[in-house]
Amino acid sequence: MCLGIPGQIVAITDESRMMAMADVSGVRREVSYAPVLTGSPADLIGKFALIHVGFAMAIIDEDEAAKTLEALRGLGEAQETLEAMAEGAKALEAQ
Amino acid sequence: MRYVQEFRDPKAAKALLAAIEKVTNQIGATKEKPVHIMEICGGHTHAIFRYGLDRLTPEGIEFIHGPGCPVCVLPMSRVDECVEIAEQPNVIFTTFGDAMRVPGTRKSLLQAKADGADIRMVYSPLDALELARRNPDREVVFFGLGFETTTPSTALSIQQAAREGLTNFSVFCNHITVPEPIKALLDDPYMMLDGFVGPGHVSMVIGVHPYDFIPRDYGKPIVVAGFEPLDLLQSVLMVLEQIRDGRAEVENQYARIVPEHGNPVSIAAMNDVYERRPSFEWRGLGEIDASGLRIREGYKAFDAEEKFGIGYATGNRVVQEPEGCECGAVMTGRIKPTACPMFGTGCTPEMPLGALMVSSEGACAAYWQYGGRRAAEAAE
Amino acid sequence: MTKVLRDERVTLSHGSGGKAMRDLISSVFTESFQPESKEDQARLMHDALLQPGARLAFTTDSYVVTPIEFPGGDIGKIAVCGTVNDLAVGGAKPLWLSAAFIIEEGTEIALLRRIVASMVKEADKTGVKIVTGDTKVVGRGSADKVFITTSGVGIIPADRDLRADAIQPGDVAIVNGVLGDHGATILAARGDMMLSSDLQSDCAALGHLMEATCTAVPVRACRDATRGGIASALNEMAEAAGCAIEIDEEALPLRPEVKGTCEILGLDPLYLANEGTLVLFVAAEHAEAALAAMRSVDTGRGATVIGRAKAGRPMVTMRTAFGGTRIVDMLVGEQLPRIC
Repeated sequence: MCLGIPGQIVAITDESRMMAMADVSGVRREVSYAPVLTGSPADLIGKFALIHVGFAMAIIDEDEAAKTLEALRGLGEAQETLEAMAEGAKALEAQ
Repeated sequence: MRYVQEFRDPKAAKALLAAIEKVTNQIGATKEKPVHIMEICGGHTHAIFRYGLDRLTPEGIEFIHGPGCPVCVLPMSRVDECVEIAEQPNVIFTTFGDAMRVPGTRKSLLQAKADGADIRMVYSPLDALELARRNPDREVVFFGLGFETTTPSTALSIQQAAREGLTNFSVFCNHITVPEPIKALLDDPYMMLDGFVGPGHVSMVIGVHPYDFIPRDYGKPIVVAGFEPLDLLQSVLMVLEQIRDGRAEVENQYARIVPEHGNPVSIAAMNDVYERRPSFEWRGLGEIDASGLRIREGYKAFDAEEKFGIGYATGNRVVQEPEGCECGAVMTGRIKPTACPMFGTGCTPEMPLGALMVSSEGACAAYWQYGGRRAAEAAE
Repeated sequence: MTKVLRDERVTLSHGSGGKAMRDLISSVFTESFQPESKEDQARLMHDALLQPGARLAFTTDSYVVTPIEFPGGDIGKIAVCGTVNDLAVGGAKPLWLSAAFIIEEGTEIALLRRIVASMVKEADKTGVKIVTGDTKVVGRGSADKVFITTSGVGIIPADRDLRADAIQPGDVAIVNGVLGDHGATILAARGDMMLSSDLQSDCAALGHLMEATCTAVPVRACRDATRGGIASALNEMAEAAGCAIEIDEEALPLRPEVKGTCEILGLDPLYLANEGTLVLFVAAEHAEAALAAMRSVDTGRGATVIGRAKAGRPMVTMRTAFGGTRIVDMLVGEQLPRIC
């Protein structure tokens, strides 16, 4: 279950009810930031949060995202090298 | 779309698939003797079919589609209760769109709406709260459905309603929890599971430690996973590597979203508003101890069960599942959707018999939508 | 001489057949549409009809939309474009429309005027005449403000014969632009999901586009992808053609906002409605010429190839970004927003 999608907090709309405007690819929706408030609400502006049913449920950890992507990129490059080697071997055989 | 597109890169997918194939071979898994990996979450089931991952991964891996779809595990009697509340005069019944088509014994919510009940689809319980503010002379009921990902949203909405002193808002609480049914599945002697792909968004709320019992007591690996295709493939690879290396641990592939200890505000709100029911009925799985939540005494003014005298264990509501429907066996992984005698004949998305054909996360609907039709036609 | 209509809202007396009705019709409708005939029927003649082999095309469609006015259009614009497009995608040159209005008691006259003005504007732009019409008024609650039915007549030239069963394996599928804008716009405009964006409906008449394309290359078949989206249009065509259609996920033109709306609400853009989008099939060797012809017209600037017809069972499949395949079936019911 549980559709969740990254959205950027772009403005605080109602501090008394802990509401902010989130932007998902140009689509805006007011969401509650109650679950992710740790300091001042203004600090949330610009951050990416995981949005679920109108709530910002988690702030995306940029370092962790970068780490995961780095590992995936490494795999991708290794794969390319392997494929290039296989191509090279095939070309040699053909000669 | 940031944090989305990067995790759909085909090049990396190819590399992950190659690595998955290698480890599958190292384990010695084959089509005849596959490793069984359960993706607990229906969102993962949906993603597997949407991206065609089931056909890209080696035949030595068999995905068992778990019970993590709240619509699929909803017994018919609970839908009947929703309809009963929705048909009361003066009620505005609000729900996520997911629940609209699930069949009850008499009718679905969609049919009840056509019959005149004021039923409205909302995106958020906050929108139901707003309806209550705007309609002070109507009773606005929200159908609280879902796992720990969604539970905080209704808990926080009830807290907000209490702060504002709203008297015309209530929640029909059918929230359920993830760890308990996993334990029930692992205790089932018929289940053959070698590892789990864990639910990322549930874990974002509860953290990773509620799964500690899986490796500790049952010796099975679990990897908490994100929902983009690369997340899923990487998680499957991590599960396979644990199996190959003889390890059983809780690992977190989705660390960008899932903190080790979850979200403290959400956990506190859930604990403040809800308590565990002694047991709760799951479609296909039966009663599972401590797997459902109800609203605490202190918030009973917002409890639809209290307000309407309708709800779990208030009546004798044992409802027989429709004859021939094998949703239970599919849900526990005992059979594939296509092995159900009703699949594609007595049960289609047009005329669903069971919930697994309704929800977009249901294994049957996924089989049908993304290739099941082909299977059904081939069987003709 | 036309009497000035003083009422602000439509009442049941505007549908009673008396003076009030006559005033409404003349002040709001005939003054704008300017029908040539003073009789209760249009009397029509066109040179193209005299050509040997030319055929009449005749179509009808009813229009209901909530909200009645939305970014990029209103019910009047859709009522003209929709029927013009039904003619155009069959290869006909659209010429004449009828327009029948069912109006809910209490509807603002100013709203009616805006709707009629946008019909006139769209009809002028696309070169059709609204030649006859009708109004009825119903009690409050019996309709949602205004329902419009338009029928259209056009002429298909002798040498043109577009039909889905002419599609051959190997033919190329082309759309004229982005998908799902209308559906996503309406979803946001309804307000119950509380989403906002700068999206506009793609609502547009495609008569000129089809004329330019059919003049440049032989088009095998064409459909407009309205309700049920591109997925439904392609499924209908596969069914009629008796062959498979394969589309490429990466080739589908989608705006970020449409993708965003779909991600938030758990919808599939392939099923979102369009009001100015068509999909057509041409033989592969005509693909480049078709694209060039389409791109020379405003409504075809975004023309692009999205897939092809293939030998096989009549069904639509999609190649995903990393080589997976999935079936794109017809929609069962309405797409509902979901959280799981």
